[in-house]
Amino acid sequence: MNAIEILGLEKTYRVGFWAKRQKRALHPLHLSVEEGEIFGFLGPNGAGKTTTLKLLMGLVFPSAGSARILGRDWTDPEVKAQIGFLPEQPYFYDHLTAHELLNYYAQLSGVPAKERSRRVESTLQRVALANVQGVQLRKFSKGMLQRVGIAQAILHEPKVVFFDEPMSGLDPIGRREVRDLMEQLKHEGKTVFFSTHILSDAEALCDRVAIIHQGELRGIGAVEDLTSSVQGKVEIVWQGTQVPASMKALGADCHVTGDTVRAVIDERQQDAAIDALRRERLRLIALTPMRTSLEAYFVERLQRAETTAGSTV
Amino acid sequence: MKHRRKVSLIAGACIVFSLAASVLLLHRIDQLRPQSTLEDVLYISSPKLLKRASLGYDGLLADIYWTRAVQYFGFRHHNGTDSYKLLAPLLEITTQLDPHLTVAYEFGASFLAPPPPSGAGQPERAIQLMEYGVRNNPEDWKLYYDLGFVYYMNLQDYRKAADAFERGSKVPNAHPFLRVLAAQMAEHAGDFNTARMLWSATYQNTQDKEIRANAVEHLRALRVDEDVTHLQQAVTRFGQRTGRLPTSMSELVAAEGLAGIPVDPDQHPYKLTPEGRVEVRVPDDFPFATKGLPPGYKPQPKFHGQQP
Amino acid sequence: MNARILHIASNTFREAVRDRVLYNLIAFAVLLSGAAILVGQISIDIEKLVVINLGLTAVSLFGIVIAIFIGIGLVSKEIEKRTLYTVLSRPVRRWEFIVGKYFGLAGTLVVNTFFMAIGVFAALFYVSHKFVRADALVLVALYFIILEFLIICSLALLFSSFSSPLLSAVFAFSLFVIGSFAEDLRGFAAITHGFTRWLVTGAAYLVPNFSAFNIVSSIAHEQPVAMQLVWHNTLYALFYAAMALSGAVLIFEYRNLK
Repeated sequence: MNAIEILGLEKTYRVGFWAKRQKRALHPLHLSVEEGEIFGFLGPNGAGKTTTLKLLMGLVFPSAGSARILGRDWTDPEVKAQIGFLPEQPYFYDHLTAHELLNYYAQLSGVPAKERSRRVESTLQRVALANVQGVQLRKFSKGMLQRVGIAQAILHEPKVVFFDEPMSGLDPIGRREVRDLMEQLKHEGKTVFFSTHILSDAEALCDRVAIIHQGELRGIGAVEDLTSSVQGKVEIVWQGTQVPASMKALGADCHVTGDTVRAVIDERQQDAAIDALRRERLRLIALTPMRTSLEAYFVERLQRAETTAGSTV
Repeated sequence: MKHRRKVSLIAGACIVFSLAASVLLLHRIDQLRPQSTLEDVLYISSPKLLKRASLGYDGLLADIYWTRAVQYFGFRHHNGTDSYKLLAPLLEITTQLDPHLTVAYEFGASFLAPPPPSGAGQPERAIQLMEYGVRNNPEDWKLYYDLGFVYYMNLQDYRKAADAFERGSKVPNAHPFLRVLAAQMAEHAGDFNTARMLWSATYQNTQDKEIRANAVEHLRALRVDEDVTHLQQAVTRFGQRTGRLPTSMSELVAAEGLAGIPVDPDQHPYKLTPEGRVEVRVPDDFPFATKGLPPGYKPQPKFHGQQP
Repeated sequence: MNARILHIASNTFREAVRDRVLYNLIAFAVLLSGAAILVGQISIDIEKLVVINLGLTAVSLFGIVIAIFIGIGLVSKEIEKRTLYTVLSRPVRRWEFIVGKYFGLAGTLVVNTFFMAIGVFAALFYVSHKFVRADALVLVALYFIILEFLIICSLALLFSSFSSPLLSAVFAFSLFVIGSFAEDLRGFAAITHGFTRWLVTGAAYLVPNFSAFNIVSSIAHEQPVAMQLVWHNTLYALFYAAMALSGAVLIFEYRNLK
């Protein structure tokens, strides 16, 4: 069963003083997410990522279309017990402590009373916020608030988790921790659906991604497939600072860094390159196929959209 | 979405039901405490304090109190009560808040001074109110008129009334009749004509419906008093000539050489009793008449003809 | 379902109590009761009168301010600050949220009134040195004040469900002022004619009628209060609050939380 099925969800806002003009925040979207996968929802700011998430959470009502989460209609309240949501740049009740807040959320999610404090404790530990007893949330830093946000999303052991820009406001260590957490969630069999505009995170984490731009889906697929090289290049690294003439003859792009040289050559020439190094008795360190980065795919998709679009609103 | 529809229906039904219930309850609450918010008025010991407390919105507050005064009086009058203890404080507060609200003084002149059931029976307080009005509006001749009116009608102090009319006549643009009235006070205070002049003046110089209706009733009563007086005098003359009472109105009419049987303002003929008294047919229609009433008759003022 | 409403209510209560603005207002109201003692001493015979009048008026006015301040924060601010998103993504129905908030707010006000009332009674005891039977009337007046609060809270929530915090506060306060003059509005309606009459009469009944709850001056003069009035007022407050609350629920049910 698919964890998430988006069936033509669409949202059009009426703007302007007399609410006459129409603004299409989301064109009809069709998308599926399998159980147990980490799915990245990518796009520039204002693309419609948050709108999609809000539609799925029932915070905003669609102009058309529907969705299914874990096989049920997305408006079914039973569904809510099985999902967790982290909104973008979350903000919480100023005067509560983290414990009180999480306890409140646990109550609302229907966690049995006996379980609550244990769960709260363990979740806080999991997000590295164990030592904040008695501190009111208004004193938390942005990064700490983000972690509280994640905590409330996973507290009740949901099957599907929705994160809107989970890395925002975090320093590199924090981001690493969140990435690790998301991997853990996947290991636990949970499905993770998150939106971001930071491609390196998506590339590292996701099984599949979708790209959205100006409210329309521009591309979707497994990360592996999207970044596999069609016109492959290979990176070859050898010891020393010498660049053999034969290498240059192959049209290699060579850079000397410290005591190694890196060169990028065409995939078909890799045998010739290895021979060249052997002839010169240079020590091969590494031979790595270069993949198209997700970023390149992303940019290409968007540019293609720019050129073919013009008629879409 | 089914759930949403269910919630909407329940909420909608609740709104309608609660609205109906609250309106009904308001009605009942009103009945439980008729105008008791007004009793606060008794406890405002210092209208001046109220004025300061109103933070500059005294005009609005004056209007509110004026509306309350009219409501208060109208409600009680049309339900036949004879105690208007809140009328004076209400008018005093109104005029404290807005000393230039002329109609409040006119109202006081017509309804504070006369005795119950047609008024509050507080002529001294009415005088105080008029004097206050005159002090604050020395260029308004109408207020001198109102002052004189109270002295004349309710205190029968013709000298003071003349004095007030005189003062009023000196105001620039004063109505010329003030001078006339001042003169009348001296010699013809008790005349029907003088009274008629005053009530007509009151009628013409106000827009307030209650005051006008009141003036009309007084004018009608004056007519009756005058007619009855003359007819009674005719009966006396008849008795002096013939040594007996007339057997009927027709006989009296013939003897006096009148054109027809005289009728009252409602077109009902006056009647002549066997004892020789001239009476109106329906005394209740003339609440302010002092003559032509059967012996032992007690007036029950009911206001018909409120819409002039 | 009921448990969630209770949780939301108690969370609202806790959040309100921790907000220090509340303490300042209560302290101020208590201070005012103290001031009443001083004012009363200027004119000896009416000490008690002044304490009751000033004290109860302070409780009423400050309570209204608190009700509006916090009431507005309930929904408007939560939407603005997005604390609402994490609540609604849980198995919480939208109407449960509104109802829970209402009870939390009402509870906060009752507790507040309790503390402010202690101030008033303390001042009363200070000037009279004993309590008499008639002082029970003060309790009735306080009860009526609480009923007023219940109505104001429901209105604050109603406006909060569709309007920005500032506008909601303005509307709620305006309705409070108009509601205090509702009887006059109805009197005014009786004088008008035709369409205006319909309009004004409708408005006069729609607006919360606070006149019947304002018994402060009369109980200051030890006028008794009919038991029937207590019943009717209670019912009126409950129905009116139910009406406003249902309106809030209805609006909120359809609102897109952008």
